[in-house]
Amino acid sequence: MKTKLMMALAASMLMSACATGNRGLYQWGSYEHQIYAMYAEGGKTSPQEQIGKLESDLEKARAANRPLPPGFQAHLGFLYYQTGKLDQALAAFETEKLLFPESRPYMDRLITQTKR
Amino acid sequence: MLNKISRGVILLAFAMLATGCATQSNYDYSAFRQSQPRSILVLPPLNQSPDVRAPYSMMATVTAPLAESGYYVFPVALVDQTFRENGMTNPGEIHDASPAKLAEVFGADAVLYITISEYGAKYFLIDSQVIVSASARLVDLRNGQLLWEGKASASNAEGRDNSGGGVAGILISALIRQVANNLGDQGYPVARMTSHRLLTARPGGLLPGPRSPEYQKVVGN
Repeated sequence: MKTKLMMALAASMLMSACATGNRGLYQWGSYEHQIYAMYAEGGKTSPQEQIGKLESDLEKARAANRPLPPGFQAHLGFLYYQTGKLDQALAAFETEKLLFPESRPYMDRLITQTKR
Repeated sequence: MLNKISRGVILLAFAMLATGCATQSNYDYSAFRQSQPRSILVLPPLNQSPDVRAPYSMMATVTAPLAESGYYVFPVALVDQTFRENGMTNPGEIHDASPAKLAEVFGADAVLYITISEYGAKYFLIDSQVIVSASARLVDLRNGQLLWEGKASASNAEGRDNSGGGVAGILISALIRQVANNLGDQGYPVARMTSHRLLTARPGGLLPGPRSPEYQKVVGN
């Protein structure tokens, strides 16, 4: 009896010890790949296509009620800025600031730049 | 008999626990604990490898391990753009920028300096593998103090199954890999492994940040 209990305990410890937080804090979507695409595959995907991918990630995260990672909104804002959608860029920078107050000084700087 | 086996399993489980996941580190975290950084500014990495794609692969893959470890990570591509707009395109020059200046522009608590030492295919007697190695230094932007440093490496040869097919099989799969390793950017998925090894909070690595459920729970020095 005692051994069985110990076995079960040992097995559960083994399984849980390494696999912490398998779901993660954020839903990443294609954010990482869009960063890579912006540089390494320069010109292969247009800013408009990159915006499309990130907007679809945003919808999916909203539907699943899962948070998007730090930088996601700001990166999307940058793409809006590049394509001349200044109002959407400003809104995205504001959202980044709201979700992650740590970004405030940098976002404020970008907002001022965008308004200029 | 059964008892002996179960005892063996229990012993093994504890041994694995002690050695595998819960490796005790003797890293000195006193500066790190005192600093308690919430946000990390990742600078464009220094690239010592001959492959120009190396910095992009690293930049794309460092945010996830840091953010999942509980830190706010500044948008890496946008940060790179800000440097460019200020006439700084060379990572060496960016790494030389003063902590005070970086703090003023970005308002980050800490800065991460990454150096890529290896990126790409390495050729051996009959085989080749793609290796990505990098080192990192986390520095407090408020006082310039070093909080942590470490390095990691990964290869696409890890977990390769060499069973079956005999010598001919080994040679054929080596040849296939040799061709594949020359196509496209094989370093990108390997760089992701390197980034996760280097920057996921663990004993000896970074401490968990404020957004992690593990924040300030880690015992040790």
